[in-house]
Amino acid sequence: METDSVNYKRKTNIRWLFNMAWRDSRKNRSRLFLFISAIVFGIAALVAIYSFKYNVQNDVNGQAATLIGADLAISGTKPVDGSLKHLIDSLGDERSQERSFASMAYFPKSKGTRLVQIRALRGNFPYYGSIETTPVQAGTAFKKGKMAVVDKTLMLQFNAQVGDSIKVGNTLFLITGILNRAPGQSGAVAGIAPVVYIPMQYLAETGLLKIGSRVSYSFYYKYNKSVNMDRLTKKIDPILDKAGMRYETIESRKESTGRNFGDLSKFLSLVGFVALLLGCVGVASAVHIYVREKIASIAIMRCLGVKASEAFLIYLIQIVGIGLIGSVTGAVLGTAIQHLLPLLFKDFIPFTISVQISWMAIGQGILLGVIISILFALLPLISVRNVSPLNTLRLSFEEVGLSRDPLRWLVYALIGLFIICFTFLQLNSWLGSLFFTLGILIAFLILAVVAWLLTRIMKLLINGSWSYLWRQGFANLYRPNNQTLILMVSIGLSTMFICILFFIQSILIGQVSLSTSGNQSNMILFDIQNSQKDAVASLTRKQGLPVLQQVPIVTLRIEQIRGKTAADLQKDSTIKIQHGVFAYEYRVTFRDSLSESEKITDGTWVGKAESGKDVPVSVEENLAKRANLKVGDKIVFNVQGVQMPAYVSSIRKVNWGKVQTNFQVVFPTGVLEDAPQFQVLLTHVPSNKVSAAFQQAIVRNFPNVSIIDLGLVLSVLNELLSKISYVIRFMSAFSIITGIVVLVASVRISKYQRIQESVLLRTLGASRKQILAITALEYFFLGSLSALTGILIAIGGSWLLAKYSFELPYTVSLLPAMVLFLTISILTVIIGLLNSRGVLNKPPLEILRTNA
Amino acid sequence: METILNISDLSKTYQSAGRMLTVLNNINFAVTTGSTNAIVGPSGSGKTTLLGLCAGLDRSSSGSVELNGINLGNLTEDQRAQVRNQHVGFIFQNFQLLPTLTALENVMVPLELRNEKNIRSRALDLLDKVGLADRGHHYPSQLSGGEQQRVSLARAFSNAPKILFADEPTGNLDAETSEKVVKLIFDLNKEAGTTLILVTHDLELAAKTQRIIRIKGGQLIADEKTING
Repeated sequence: METDSVNYKRKTNIRWLFNMAWRDSRKNRSRLFLFISAIVFGIAALVAIYSFKYNVQNDVNGQAATLIGADLAISGTKPVDGSLKHLIDSLGDERSQERSFASMAYFPKSKGTRLVQIRALRGNFPYYGSIETTPVQAGTAFKKGKMAVVDKTLMLQFNAQVGDSIKVGNTLFLITGILNRAPGQSGAVAGIAPVVYIPMQYLAETGLLKIGSRVSYSFYYKYNKSVNMDRLTKKIDPILDKAGMRYETIESRKESTGRNFGDLSKFLSLVGFVALLLGCVGVASAVHIYVREKIASIAIMRCLGVKASEAFLIYLIQIVGIGLIGSVTGAVLGTAIQHLLPLLFKDFIPFTISVQISWMAIGQGILLGVIISILFALLPLISVRNVSPLNTLRLSFEEVGLSRDPLRWLVYALIGLFIICFTFLQLNSWLGSLFFTLGILIAFLILAVVAWLLTRIMKLLINGSWSYLWRQGFANLYRPNNQTLILMVSIGLSTMFICILFFIQSILIGQVSLSTSGNQSNMILFDIQNSQKDAVASLTRKQGLPVLQQVPIVTLRIEQIRGKTAADLQKDSTIKIQHGVFAYEYRVTFRDSLSESEKITDGTWVGKAESGKDVPVSVEENLAKRANLKVGDKIVFNVQGVQMPAYVSSIRKVNWGKVQTNFQVVFPTGVLEDAPQFQVLLTHVPSNKVSAAFQQAIVRNFPNVSIIDLGLVLSVLNELLSKISYVIRFMSAFSIITGIVVLVASVRISKYQRIQESVLLRTLGASRKQILAITALEYFFLGSLSALTGILIAIGGSWLLAKYSFELPYTVSLLPAMVLFLTISILTVIIGLLNSRGVLNKPPLEILRTNA
Repeated sequence: METILNISDLSKTYQSAGRMLTVLNNINFAVTTGSTNAIVGPSGSGKTTLLGLCAGLDRSSSGSVELNGINLGNLTEDQRAQVRNQHVGFIFQNFQLLPTLTALENVMVPLELRNEKNIRSRALDLLDKVGLADRGHHYPSQLSGGEQQRVSLARAFSNAPKILFADEPTGNLDAETSEKVVKLIFDLNKEAGTTLILVTHDLELAAKTQRIIRIKGGQLIADEKTING
């Protein structure tokens, strides 16, 4: 007898595996493409964002010099004098100076007023790039006379033209050009504080620089020869730091701009990644059904001697191939889409964005697509190893046991690890990526549990008393090969994303609207000199407006905390005080009682100081945390040159959300009354008309007083939020499209499952209408329940975000959510019915033959 | 005479609805090389289970199956797959052709797995033997039942098996086609000197073999030679 004739260690023929994978995929390719189309949009989103990110990085590197406009820029909030002035004047080969501050501008032609950012400039700044104006020469010409360059939004708002005049303080300037873009400034920032450039030689004449005015002093330098900036900045840094000034070089601006944009692109990558994950759920479900259909073929192959690992590899090759095609398609689409992104981001990026094909982004996208499609396909794919050749003999379907395969835990772990690692790369924070992964997981789980519950409940509920159509329609939700889980997850997640975005936007907008509604203050007048205090209040009352609050403000710095100074902090890293605490200029007030928005959390409130003793002050809790302050701690304040010893008598919690003057430090009465100070007045204007008239009166009589119109801030904020949410919506559209693709794919797959049954029903005499009704019922129920679950998760999620992240009260309008609910439910039914029409429009025999 | 298949104390039990179900109980028989054998019995008697165990498609609960001197019980599923690829041929009631492969490719698969040479021409020869030389590029769905079973026969003989297992090979065919297929099975079998194990409930077909093993209720109730034996 022969016993040794079997070669158990037959080598796997890789070429044959590829050959078999190709042969086996015949007749299924269109379906495989349908599965994989689910990942196309996720990859497209990521490739678009990545390409855009790389292009921006290139642009930042190329345009960094024009962003800062000089080789070195130094800025601070105090005038420079003494040795510092000597240093400031000794730097660079060419020098420019700028003073910027907020002030009211008045347009005599339209009688319009608005708070603007005045930039008074002397010198040839910018040395790189230009102040972009229309006409072009205005950017330099305005420095030659009493001329101004005015931001384009401002020009539009007040219908002003070149040649008109603008009044800044006491001085009228001729508008010589429209400012399109100031160096390094993005459109969104310009919307909040529109810039007006004036020559510095006329600044004094405006009379705007008074005590308490918050002025920023900037100095720009150009070096004609190459200078070691690192060495230079290392030398000047300690001196500038001591004076509370900071510097920027081209390199540091490059880093900070790159970092700022990096954060945005990382966030958007996550939104794209969610679309990809959603697509992967579709892939996993589709591959699951694909493998089930292939059991007979696998069993035959096993019968003929194919090893379990070979059978697994044949299908893995198919998945990799299809994943690669899907990823390449996605990458091509993404590269095309990136052309739209500069339009989308133009308001957020302070330079011209170029569009180039990024092979790096394409490579990353393709790699990511292949990895993730393999990972998600692996779950159903590992069961291929367990298909018994006995299936060739047994006609009865033998369930392939995935649930018992211990390898599935490894696949789950790999998927989890991959998501965490990918999000970590985007967020740079393990905690953040863990929360993100957990959030996604919880949403998945909730939807999966609801789907599971639904099938259970349906099984229990359906009974003979129901009409046949209802029974059949609902039974489709739990019968074998049902699509309940995949549809619930894909529709539910898409709905959740759209809804959360909408809710968050409405919470933010709602909060601002709420703050300015009713009789709450919606206009703030500041920089009122002590001598103008009563006159401004009386003018306000004369206009029929209430003086809701009038508070004195004193600017000061912290000199010492528990005997430690800023210099000590630099020497001793064990001191737990944040560096900025000493550098910051505080605006404080004094009063004898707490305001409505304040609550003492520790210590005792002291409303009146006793002369000759240390001053008891109340510190806001966040400042207390930053400065590591406790009740009783000694602080020495520097009130414009005068040292003032004090101690922390209480710590307060402040509701910053309320529109009123709030302070980090509050002094008792009896100390600061004689210190140099200015006043802030809060009032409520009932309409835009009253607001305009009041502002005109104030600017005419008190040109140094600045006004913040919260109505205007609200509209600017609204516009900004709309722009941001538009960007987010654009990105989340990929999730929605993926959701629809997964929906179409799932419905099409279920069509293959249901086709025999529908044909059988039709053969038995069911009318077209009856089959239509059964299908419509099934999909309406699925669509509506998924959408409802998604909306409920969104309500929960946005509530958590509102409470813990934004710390805002939760108010959302449910009407748009209802519209979304109906839209998604109806869309699901329409897609379901469209996909079933093949069964309905042809004679049963024809379908049976084509699907045999 | 050499024994190619030796079945000793073979039993198979399944767990069904919480209780043990004995499908085969203590089966013993041996098959000599080159012989033709039929396993017959009514539906549910366990004959297909017996075939599956003999061919190494499943594991027994107790007892042993020795195929060509190899105890299948000691092998892993992948090792049994190699035994099947190198020693065993199969014919199924429902043909079991790979639907996405052409007739020719279906015949080529066992040869490809063995990394053999001249695969294509050998597969074409086999198709020629079953009278389907001109249908090699057709997919199973484009062939009639009889044609599919003939492709299946060509595939079964492609690896020159020592033993051929046929599970109701005419079960899905009409009388006329059945006759042709049966003739082909026996002719090819004789030509290749292969041992044949045929599972059927068709006594007329069984009578064409040299030996009939009767199974009922999972037990071997008779083992007799036919007039051909």
